[in-house]
Amino acid sequence: MGKTLTEKIFSRASGKEVKAGEYVFAKIDRAMIHDITGPLAIKAFKEIAGNDGKVWDNKKIIIAFDHQVPADSINAAENHKMLRKFAEEQKILNYDVYEGIAHQIMVEKGHVLPGMVVVGADSHTCMYGALGAFATGIGSTDMGAVFALGKLWFRVPETIRFDIEGKLQKGVYSKDLILYLIGMVGADGANYKAVEFSGSTIRGMDMSQRFTITNMAIEMGGKSGIIEPDRETERYLKDAGIDANIEDWDWLKSDEDAEFFMRYEVNADEIEPMVALPHSVDNVKPVREVEGIKADQVFIGSCTNGRYEDLKIAAGILKGEKVAKGTRLIVIPASRSEYVKALKDGLIDAFIEAGAIVEFPSCGPCMGGSFGLIASNETSISTSNRNFIGRQGSPEGKVYLVSPATAAATAIYGELTDPREIL
Amino acid sequence: MGRAWKFGDDIDTDVIIQGKYLVINDPEELARHVFENIRPEFPKNVKKGDFVVAGENFGCGSSREHAPIALKATGIEAVIAKSYARIFFRNAVNIGLKAIECRETDRIDDGDELEIDYSRNRILNRTKNEEYSFTPLPDFLKRILESGGLVNFARSMYGERG
Repeated sequence: MGKTLTEKIFSRASGKEVKAGEYVFAKIDRAMIHDITGPLAIKAFKEIAGNDGKVWDNKKIIIAFDHQVPADSINAAENHKMLRKFAEEQKILNYDVYEGIAHQIMVEKGHVLPGMVVVGADSHTCMYGALGAFATGIGSTDMGAVFALGKLWFRVPETIRFDIEGKLQKGVYSKDLILYLIGMVGADGANYKAVEFSGSTIRGMDMSQRFTITNMAIEMGGKSGIIEPDRETERYLKDAGIDANIEDWDWLKSDEDAEFFMRYEVNADEIEPMVALPHSVDNVKPVREVEGIKADQVFIGSCTNGRYEDLKIAAGILKGEKVAKGTRLIVIPASRSEYVKALKDGLIDAFIEAGAIVEFPSCGPCMGGSFGLIASNETSISTSNRNFIGRQGSPEGKVYLVSPATAAATAIYGELTDPREIL
Repeated sequence: MGRAWKFGDDIDTDVIIQGKYLVINDPEELARHVFENIRPEFPKNVKKGDFVVAGENFGCGSSREHAPIALKATGIEAVIAKSYARIFFRNAVNIGLKAIECRETDRIDDGDELEIDYSRNRILNRTKNEEYSFTPLPDFLKRILESGGLVNFARSMYGERG
């Protein structure tokens, strides 16, 4: 019996041949904390290792500040100060408030390589799986143990595989595809499972679009999202300054006779622009069925859809247009380097001339506790990944999740709009 | 014995504890905001030994450990749900919040008086005079719990790290 890609990664990381269902202690290749989950992780680490304890390997830990940047409260400032001190004491790489969203930094700075086991104290860590790594979100106590030991317990997950074939229509993007898949299987449809995305549709996507897909594997309950590495993976890593070679990753594929928990075949041609309605990510409908919902705020950004490629799609639609009266458009590039690329290409000009507010790289309204919040009975049409009650401000507010193209079209008309109408 | 506070499916971490409170690291203060957006009377009236009872996929969403920490600090005896989101379940085990998996939570109503017999893996519903079985933890996780949670477990391993 063959193995899945995820079983192969765990076999390597635990030093023995393992199958789904087994409990293992796996070696951790990279560990990430940010400004919200970091303080509790450090507290747990100190409880385990003592105040003078040393982390297992300071070259494998990354700290990023992204949820409350620049510090939006005294509490946040104290948390930041504490993280900086820890980074300095332990000589850990610290991306301070100016660098952008943790998940984007992890991939664009070359911290994640195919075949690695990566943990992050944030649920959207599953995004890195687009590079062929096993990546998953863990809690702060788990992270404290990782800092101390460099290992963590896992139950090797079964794999659900989506084989996606065909070509997405014009105006339809990977965000629409992943919303469609979440709607298909439900918010717990992949609970505890590794979710492998494959097929010609995925192979035809650039890395930016693939990140959008694996980023949201958690929204179907997935433990991880993963995509077999290929030439596009190699290109992306080379751009990130890594001496990457596709031939090193021959082993990183699921065997033909591997055992899958479930397989789904999906025809990409049939998918339309999709929206997740309040208040759960699996409450998905085609945009055209619910067009006309008034948009008080439109948010283009987040680890899901704040990359240069996303901004380019949105700016292409907004260029020369104006944001509708009564609608606020907030645009936030995912990282400083994505921001610079967008600046050089005139995308930021297009946003500002259209009447958008361009904010500094951060989680922004997606975190719902910092800035860009919505009031009661207001709606936010958002390219982020969650629409739970209170996610972007008032618990009486409503959040709709869409692609950057749908968000841009919506900003122009002031109401939820299918982007195919203007493309 | 404690009363059941009944919730539905897909109870997410944002409704357990909203994002704006995540700058707070004090468990007692977090506990004052648990479920406040969907059930404001919960943090005011919950008593030590009560139970949070729910359907499928409890704790879905974020990895915020603040969610199980806040729930534990309310003094509840356990969460009883049909199933859990993965990260929430790990976090609960790691910090010592009992997260009990029981398929029969539909039979439990809000306000029912419950008790747990851990030796027999049974939930006793004193109001309805019924019993439900629950799934015991795998041995691997029991070992972590028996050492007092992941911190103690890891502490003994850290001593051997050298």
